[in-house]
Amino acid sequence: MIFARGLVKRFGDFTAVNGIDVEVAPGEAFGFLGPNGAGKSSTMRMISCVSAPTSGELRILGMDPVRDGTRIRARLGVCPQLDNLDPDLTVRENLTTYARYFGLSRVEGRRRADELLDFVQLSDRAGSMVEPLSGGMKRRLTIARSMINEPDIVLLDEPTTGLDPQARHLLWERLFRLKQRGTTLVLTTHYMDEAEQLCDRLVVMDGGKIVAEGSPRSLIETYSTAEVVELRFPDGLDLNADYAAKMSGIGERVDPLPDRVLLYADDGDAALTEVHQRGLTPSSVLIRRSTLEDVFLHLTGRTLVD
Amino acid sequence: MTAGTVRPSIAVLERQLTLYRRLWRASVFSSFVLPVLFVISIGIGVGGYVGSVKGVDYLSWIVPGVVASTAFQMALGESTYPVLGDFKWSRAFHAMRATPVQPNHILTGHLLYLLFRVTTAVLAFLLVVLFFGALRSPWAVTVPLVCALLTVATAAPVSAFAASIDSDSHFTLLFRFVMIPASLFSGVFFPIEQLPGLIRPVAYVSPLWHAVELCRSATLGTAPPWPVAAHVGCLLVWAVAGTLLAARRFRRRLED
Ligand SMILES: Nc1ncnc2c1ncn2[C@@H]1O[C@H](COP(=O)(O)OP(=O)(O)O)[C@@H](O)[C@H]1O
Ligand SMILES: [Mg+2]
Repeated sequence: MIFARGLVKRFGDFTAVNGIDVEVAPGEAFGFLGPNGAGKSSTMRMISCVSAPTSGELRILGMDPVRDGTRIRARLGVCPQLDNLDPDLTVRENLTTYARYFGLSRVEGRRRADELLDFVQLSDRAGSMVEPLSGGMKRRLTIARSMINEPDIVLLDEPTTGLDPQARHLLWERLFRLKQRGTTLVLTTHYMDEAEQLCDRLVVMDGGKIVAEGSPRSLIETYSTAEVVELRFPDGLDLNADYAAKMSGIGERVDPLPDRVLLYADDGDAALTEVHQRGLTPSSVLIRRSTLEDVFLHLTGRTLVD
Repeated sequence: MTAGTVRPSIAVLERQLTLYRRLWRASVFSSFVLPVLFVISIGIGVGGYVGSVKGVDYLSWIVPGVVASTAFQMALGESTYPVLGDFKWSRAFHAMRATPVQPNHILTGHLLYLLFRVTTAVLAFLLVVLFFGALRSPWAVTVPLVCALLTVATAAPVSAFAASIDSDSHFTLLFRFVMIPASLFSGVFFPIEQLPGLIRPVAYVSPLWHAVELCRSATLGTAPPWPVAAHVGCLLVWAVAGTLLAARRFRRRLED
């Protein structure tokens, strides 16, 4: 569905996307996970055929975005990072006018609009203006709009950024259904839980480059341990590095962060016992499963969300 | 235009009309009631003192000026904040760009919408002034065509400007240094021969002046100051150059 080799996007002398290779198969839910500024949106805009690659090869649905941009866009659904709904149109009109951009008849546009409003649970707001809607509702409407042409691929740039947890879960549930229907999904996110929930496969992006690729599970297996022990010390802050040094050799790896020390081990309880045996007395301890956050930290030395 | 261009442009036009359905009541005042009141008060009131201009009663003389000037102001006004807004605030043009609609379709749809707005306003206005006996020649039927050409000649370059700026404060310059001088010095209220020689070139470059003279010759059945082809030619230059420039600016703005 999507094929990129050595894809580059430059703005002036600044390289936002620095030679990435990506392949997305039909029916896959594929993610770009990375912090702000990683180059996710720049990549998505190239895939949406609204921004031309500076260099490298890019094929979408077997076509060239520069030459066949219009034909490709006819088969994509795009949900950009910033909502660009028509604020002076009603919820339903936003969908029916959009349907016309794809050359759908008015009757068909209205039919699909009603169906999609039902799908994103906005039917009761059909006649309402866009402005008073909550962030989550706007996002759902943008997603509905991106599906009006029954696209082969839906591109979602940070679908849940800025939403409250309840709105996020509702959105995830809708996206999950979309995925079950066999729609190819490509999404970007800087939330590791979102990537874990939705993506079959993902790439970790940082500074315009891909630093790792795989399924959420395989990434965790490759780059992290099964469990992580989070230790906080009463006099932490400056001394975390010293504490980390005292724990060296326990588990697979020790990572001192400003506010806590992370101890990577397949058996967290056993590791904690060893910590206590060395005479260390953390003020709080949390043993949890490894996440993509840990993968990112391991690969880049930084946290995803700061 | 090929068939592939028409459909997406019509889709953009439909979006504008859907928006307009909510606004039309408010716009009837500025685009129809106001010009009619204007003609009545200035034409009859001021006309009572002025008497006639070049042997024509003042009301009949300013009617074609007011109609062209209304078209000019609508075309200009609707190509400022609404265009910048769809690029910058609502980003509706970016939303269209992600579909098979291309930048030139967006521009075409915008211009078609303004042609609709201006033509309906002009026709309504002409119908009213017909009863005042201000239309003295059957050539008056060409007035909507002249106003249509003026609409493109004005809206296209102004849209190009709106697509090139980042802050709406630039429109103040446009209103102050383009719209107001053009409205005052384009022969709407008095013949441009009254202008000092130094200011007269303002009229010659203003698309409004050419449209005013063409409309006036049409409603009064007199010959315009320059050959008709010259006036039409000047309007065409504005329209064609403006459209080409706007097409480029729209494309530039929507690619990144
Ligand atoms: N149009 C642009 N002009 C200049 N720089 C840009 C532009 N778009 C993005 N950038 C820069 O490219 C980098 C990557 O941005 P982006 O692709 O938006 O990252 P992400 O979506 O991962 O946060 C950022 O440093 C951003 O400032
Ligand atoms: Mg982004």
